[in-house]
Amino acid sequence: MTDKPSAAGKTRRQLYEDRLRRRSMLIAASSTLAVFLAVIILVPMSPGWDRVKASFFNWDVFVKTFPKLLEAFKLDVMIFLWSAPAIVILGLLVALARDVRSPALFPLRILGAAYTDIFRGVPVVLTVYLIGFGIPGLGLPRPLNSPYIWGSLALILTYAAYVAEIFRSGIESVHASQRSAAQSLGLSDADSMRFVILPQAIRRVIPSQMNMFIALQKDVALLSFIGPVEIFRQAGVFKSLLANFTPYVGAALIFLAVTIPATRYADYLLAKQNRERS
Amino acid sequence: MPKLSLKNVVKRFGEKTVCNGISLDVEEGQMVCLIGASGGGKSTLLRCINLLENIEDGEIFLDDTDISIPGLDPQPVRRRIGMVFQSFNLFPHMTAAENVMLAPRRVYKRSRNDLRAEITDLFIRFGLADHMNHYPDQLSGGQQQRVAIVRALAMKPEVMLFDEITSALDPQLVGEVLDVLRLLKDSGMTMVLATHEMGFAREAADKVCFLSNGEIIEEGPAKALFETPQQPETQAFLARAIK
Repeated sequence: MTDKPSAAGKTRRQLYEDRLRRRSMLIAASSTLAVFLAVIILVPMSPGWDRVKASFFNWDVFVKTFPKLLEAFKLDVMIFLWSAPAIVILGLLVALARDVRSPALFPLRILGAAYTDIFRGVPVVLTVYLIGFGIPGLGLPRPLNSPYIWGSLALILTYAAYVAEIFRSGIESVHASQRSAAQSLGLSDADSMRFVILPQAIRRVIPSQMNMFIALQKDVALLSFIGPVEIFRQAGVFKSLLANFTPYVGAALIFLAVTIPATRYADYLLAKQNRERS
Repeated sequence: MPKLSLKNVVKRFGEKTVCNGISLDVEEGQMVCLIGASGGGKSTLLRCINLLENIEDGEIFLDDTDISIPGLDPQPVRRRIGMVFQSFNLFPHMTAAENVMLAPRRVYKRSRNDLRAEITDLFIRFGLADHMNHYPDQLSGGQQQRVAIVRALAMKPEVMLFDEITSALDPQLVGEVLDVLRLLKDSGMTMVLATHEMGFAREAADKVCFLSNGEIIEEGPAKALFETPQQPETQAFLARAIK
């Protein structure tokens, strides 16, 4: 078969595919439109819509509270910023501890395993409560009883357990032949890990780790239960003050503004990595 | 005194005996080729010599020193015995030059600047001068394998082990890697190869051993083993392998 160029300079295969593409775009657009129209028309027809609209989507309340919420969100970001590096370091140490072979360090291995089991097994909010109320309850002096310290510690301990497991899966995904090659050169076990295995392992798990840190940014809101007036708590204050739920919607929008780009970026990295490996 | 000497080496994986009492002497500067079907124990034997696997019984001597004593620190031994693998095993996150410098830097505590001239010479000698700063995935299989050889040589080993190093290469790339082996032999390196390249073994090896089911069935000078094999099993293998 010869594809003779048509008047537009396209082969008949290209014309056919153009036609297909136009048709699927048309179908996608009209079905999306139909769904949106249904939502816009049907939801306001529900009996409680006016009440929901007034208490969740009150524009005046939104405008009034949004700047304060944004201000409070800074605290969420700060807690995130000091917790994240601690989580990476602790997670990496735990992952390495679970990999040691020397019998003298066996207790480290057990501790590592017990640690990840416990902190992955307890709901984050419970850990926040237990550590956030429990440790200051020991009667520590002024700066040391801050809920910021102990709330952050609860987040660090929980997330480092997950992060450690992801690092470990990365370490195990590096083929044994890489370790053989490193050892055959006379490198010590520690050097093989540090220069050969870990750099490859860390690179592979970056997208998964990013997803953990997106989850962390959201879970910072749990610290509101033990005191800090971060965005969720601030929204709660406004809710009580104004008897209106709109501040929660504002808070959700602020979270989304951060998490959606981050999630998209993590997905992009993952897709890129999958392409490279195939 | 042989450079490398195996005495009755036994290696098992669970129930399976992979090396069943192998004895072999390799003289200084000799090239010894191990031939035989896949699964015959060639690769495992090389891994045992480099202490990547522990042997169940027997002894391995390097310069008359027993290196197979249980509990011996393997690292000083591995520095003296270089190994190159079928699948290259370059470190993908480092350039060719970094791959080569890593072990001398860490093990001998030498600086990059100190190593630079020496490493550059090695790259030039093996026709890789243009590729020092390339990453492994920017190199052809033949180039990667030559970098892997250079990487092992940078540790100045006394013995080199080659584990089917041309098996993963496209046929047109095999030649350049075999040329490197010839070059090494001419420089007096003591070498043990597991190989399927019968033509090369016949032409270049000082001694050829035919392994089957974990035993050396027959060994001898290359010419004798290829032209007048004594054992029926060797004859059958060679008839199949050389077509």
